[in-house]
Amino acid sequence: MTKQFRILYKVSIIILAILAAMLIGSIILMTIGADVFKTYLVILFEPLKTTLQLSEVLLRAIPLTIIALGISVAYRSGIINIGAEGQMAMGILGTTAVALAFPELPKPVLLPMAVLAGAISGGVWGFIPGFLKAKLQVSELLSTVMLNYIAAQFYTFLLRGPMLDPAELTMGSGTPQSMRLSRNLWLDRFLPGTRLHTGLFFALILALLIYFLLWKTKYGYKMRAAGASARAARYGGISVTWYLVIAMVISGAFAGMAGAIEIAGVHRRAIEGITGGYGFSGIVVALFGGLHPAGIIPASFFFGLLIVGADMTQRMVGVPANMVNVLQGIIILVIVATKMILADPYLMEKVWRKVQGLGKKTKEVTA
Amino acid sequence: MNFIVNILSLGIPFSVALLIASLGEMFNQRAGVFNLGCEGIMAMGAFLGMLVPYSIGQGGPTPGIYNVLGLALAMGVGALFGMLFGFVVVTFRAPQGIAGIGLQMFGVGTAGTLFRHFVGGTQSVPGIGNLPIPFLSKIPILGPIFFSHNILVYLAFLFVPTAWYILFKTPWGLRVRAVGTNPRAADSIGIQVNKVRYQALAVGGALAGLAGAYLSLCQAKMFSDEIIAGRGFIAVALVYFGHWHPVKIMGGALLFSLAQALQLAIQGQGINFPYEFAVMLPYVMVIVVLAFSRESQLLGPTALGQPFNREKRI
Amino acid sequence: MEVTHKKITSLRMEHITKRFPGVLASDDITLTVEEGEVLALVGENGAGKTTLMNILMGLYQPDEGRILINGEEVHFKSPNDAFDAGLGMVHQQYMLVPNMTVLENIALGYKQAWSPIKLDLGMVRERINEISKKYGLFVDPDAYIWQLSVGEQQRVELVKTLCLGARFLILDEPTSALTPQETDELIVLLKRMSSELSIIFISHKLQEVKDLSDKIAILRHGAMVFEGTTKDHSPSDIAALMTGHEVDLPQNDAPSCNGTPVLDLKNLNVKSDRGFLALKDLNLTIRGGEIVGLAGVSGNGQRELAETINGLRKVESGEILFFGENIANKTPYHIIEAGMGYIPEERNTEGIVPSFSMKENLILKDSGRDEFSKHSFLKNKAIEKNANDLRVKFDIRSPNIHVAAGSLSGGNIQKVILAREISRKPKFLIAVYPIRGLDLGAAEFIHKQLLEKRKEGIGILLVSEELDEILDLSDRVAVIFKGQIQKVLDRKDANRRSLGILMAGVKDDQTV
Repeated sequence: MTKQFRILYKVSIIILAILAAMLIGSIILMTIGADVFKTYLVILFEPLKTTLQLSEVLLRAIPLTIIALGISVAYRSGIINIGAEGQMAMGILGTTAVALAFPELPKPVLLPMAVLAGAISGGVWGFIPGFLKAKLQVSELLSTVMLNYIAAQFYTFLLRGPMLDPAELTMGSGTPQSMRLSRNLWLDRFLPGTRLHTGLFFALILALLIYFLLWKTKYGYKMRAAGASARAARYGGISVTWYLVIAMVISGAFAGMAGAIEIAGVHRRAIEGITGGYGFSGIVVALFGGLHPAGIIPASFFFGLLIVGADMTQRMVGVPANMVNVLQGIIILVIVATKMILADPYLMEKVWRKVQGLGKKTKEVTA
Repeated sequence: MNFIVNILSLGIPFSVALLIASLGEMFNQRAGVFNLGCEGIMAMGAFLGMLVPYSIGQGGPTPGIYNVLGLALAMGVGALFGMLFGFVVVTFRAPQGIAGIGLQMFGVGTAGTLFRHFVGGTQSVPGIGNLPIPFLSKIPILGPIFFSHNILVYLAFLFVPTAWYILFKTPWGLRVRAVGTNPRAADSIGIQVNKVRYQALAVGGALAGLAGAYLSLCQAKMFSDEIIAGRGFIAVALVYFGHWHPVKIMGGALLFSLAQALQLAIQGQGINFPYEFAVMLPYVMVIVVLAFSRESQLLGPTALGQPFNREKRI
Repeated sequence: MEVTHKKITSLRMEHITKRFPGVLASDDITLTVEEGEVLALVGENGAGKTTLMNILMGLYQPDEGRILINGEEVHFKSPNDAFDAGLGMVHQQYMLVPNMTVLENIALGYKQAWSPIKLDLGMVRERINEISKKYGLFVDPDAYIWQLSVGEQQRVELVKTLCLGARFLILDEPTSALTPQETDELIVLLKRMSSELSIIFISHKLQEVKDLSDKIAILRHGAMVFEGTTKDHSPSDIAALMTGHEVDLPQNDAPSCNGTPVLDLKNLNVKSDRGFLALKDLNLTIRGGEIVGLAGVSGNGQRELAETINGLRKVESGEILFFGENIANKTPYHIIEAGMGYIPEERNTEGIVPSFSMKENLILKDSGRDEFSKHSFLKNKAIEKNANDLRVKFDIRSPNIHVAAGSLSGGNIQKVILAREISRKPKFLIAVYPIRGLDLGAAEFIHKQLLEKRKEGIGILLVSEELDEILDLSDRVAVIFKGQIQKVLDRKDANRRSLGILMAGVKDDQTV
């Protein structure tokens, strides 16, 4: 088998996968009578047309990157974290609590403290399913999903109650939100005319950190071994359960930090619906990015693009923004299926032999 | 006393969606496949269930046949979704956990998209009304608890022994159980493992769709993004700690729904218990029960979650 | 209701070829079996015997070639087609569903009892009775498979194939999990059955081949190298043809040592996965510089013993003294640090992380050690040097040190594991089925290494199902049966007969 064939084979599979995804998406679009071609154009290219829109894409990419990094750490350690939504919410609560409690602290103190609080809150929320799996063999798939719902309720409770903006009580419309948080928490917006904030650089630094952790340290080695083959890792003296818990704590902490960054950079107060599906989108981003920081960064850009683009489709082609969830679901299904095809050497050999057979026949015909 | 009767008579219809979805999930788990996309299929079922009656009647009363059509549509599309899942995890042998989440996102997203396009806003439907059993429903205490519900409630509970019979007394049930426990043995004796798994997924999907339609037609009598509220995931968990057995699953479904009914009843009594914590209760319960249930190795499908590959050298 | 197929007077596989990724499993094989014949299909592990039979049973499709039954070509697209033609197979790993009864397992294939809404178990039960009476094979239809012993399960498999109407039986390594006595019983049974059915049986045990077969076909590396009549050839001829040259693995000829005990197992009680006691009051002592072979039919506690010593399984009660320290229930890490080396049974799934590169696998137990990491950061240069050195020293055949270890051949994977374990300078080595499935060259290499370590004074526990390997290498032989050590024999007292009796559970040999 030639190297060219191998590359050609893999690239064709990927192209077919992309086409399949777009095809399934277009079925849904046709059901609601939308212009398929135009819809895809809007989603993929419209947000790139102005600086403002582009900055909005990057804005979405920031929390996506951070969450996806955390999810990839967990995934590579052998545990699937579906709980990023809940962990992000808890992170927001932690950050808000600190900002509400110490608004007078100078920025170099308050900001790191608040982000740390976010990380810890998220980390605790990640610790729970990690511990449950390690000690009681509770499937993380189910426990993290349940914790999402529990966190959402807790979030609403605090926002309607103890953390409610005093202004809302007296004269507001009853919107559950906290008061505007101290300026000492705010992340600077560095691109005038846009909301793009310095959290972007924080996300990139985190990406670098994760790369070093997983591939350059002994801890990363052990975590990856535990994820790749728990049995061999145990045999090798690696404490699989311990690293599983650590991975979930890191994963939760990252989701919590993503929440903290969103508060500090974008909203500057805790409101409903902040997590906005980032927790789930983060999973798709992690998978799409090959669970590697180098892939996650462009992947988050791509999904930020999808999210902003889908917002625009409502106005421009009459397609509800929910379409982005449809696309994300399709992309997950296509990615996991494609991965299996690419990992099947038997199939590649069968195709190679068919191609060779065809080649021989054409030679005979032309001879 | 009235309080207890209240909770029970509320709790039983509350359990129906969970019961139907879990029994469906039981079939596909017994065959070796767990479908976390159940939640997404239920969302589709919820939307499709109310679509037909709503479109015809624009919110007003419609002949019962349209409700039936809604249910049938929900089941049909549910079966299709189940088989789509099969395409990914049985034919391509992709990991079932992540693929399930993908299916869930796809289902919820599609339901939401179609809803906004075809219906939009909070539109209610008259749905399926109650059908008290004559004479029996008049019995004090037992009457309101057991015999004053709509027809789907009765059918759902009748399905429990039916599901038991199908699983343990029919050839198809035998095949399903074999395929989920030792697919290699089933294969060697001539059973088409993948085909049986597709069938089980179709059944599971149809029932998940039906469960969703129940929520929109009988319980909430409308559709919204939050209508499923995690019940699809709870259904998957239920099968697991119901040890894949219809009667235990029914017990689990009742347990969770009673917790939900308790929450409403407490609210009704005006007890000052934070609303959000009451809503949290079923989800916390799931975690607690999962933590304390011990997997009964011998009872269940030991090949659960593992794709079957005949060509794979042992 | 009787299910009969036409009698199979002749079966022929012609020019069968089958490829798997990177492997030519069957290479232009032709064989014939006539009515009432018993053909032994012989060859080393990996020669392609099971693959060929799976093709015959419709589980695999041949890439080339055809199958003829009674002179007519047949196409088996699935096992169903094979059953319909009257073929039946008892696989090496029993194809039974553990949590269903014998009755249900047989009903699974008994399509006549199926109707859309009812399963006629009564019909199946009658059929089982019929077959049991006819062949003298008795099974309890209502027993759950998990309740049955290995020998009983095999009987169920035989009854199953006969109930489904087999006129031609294929048996894959039928005696691999049986004691010598159960083996004798089976051979008597098969001789009786061969008057009615033709039989192909796969084996690498030459004595049975001699006892039972009329014809022999020998496979090597997927190709047929010999076909002939059994009585015309001696076991050593056959052995030579199987391996391609005179069988000559290294032998332990050195005088036995008098080292101090380094590993002392005392009254060990350990549970199996199912909850029963896998090891019952097990006692065993191994000295430095000696090889103790653990002989026994697979499934008598060997796996649990190896896992327990290495901290991978819980000790319910008892002690494991390793150089004086009780390591029972200590973590695997602790035991590794204490100097334990372990070559596990499952090399692909336990001994290596298949997706990791060769160099990464070689430091599996040492990623935290100073030589490979500094301030938590991995020292890539040191890791690569280590891999390159070991690759040369242990003659590991791989394109480079970066390939995924899972892509290497079985022999080279085992060498990676061996290289790692030995280069760590262990004080003791446990080797479980170390040469299973390996070619002779690799097997020779590994045995040489073990004997060298013995010379250096390292104690070795060798677990194996091959009596030849045990007899070749051990200073003393312990026989394990149902979780207990039956007896420990010195090398001079250990032979096939004495070991065979102990393996069957008989403690005192009355028939000396």
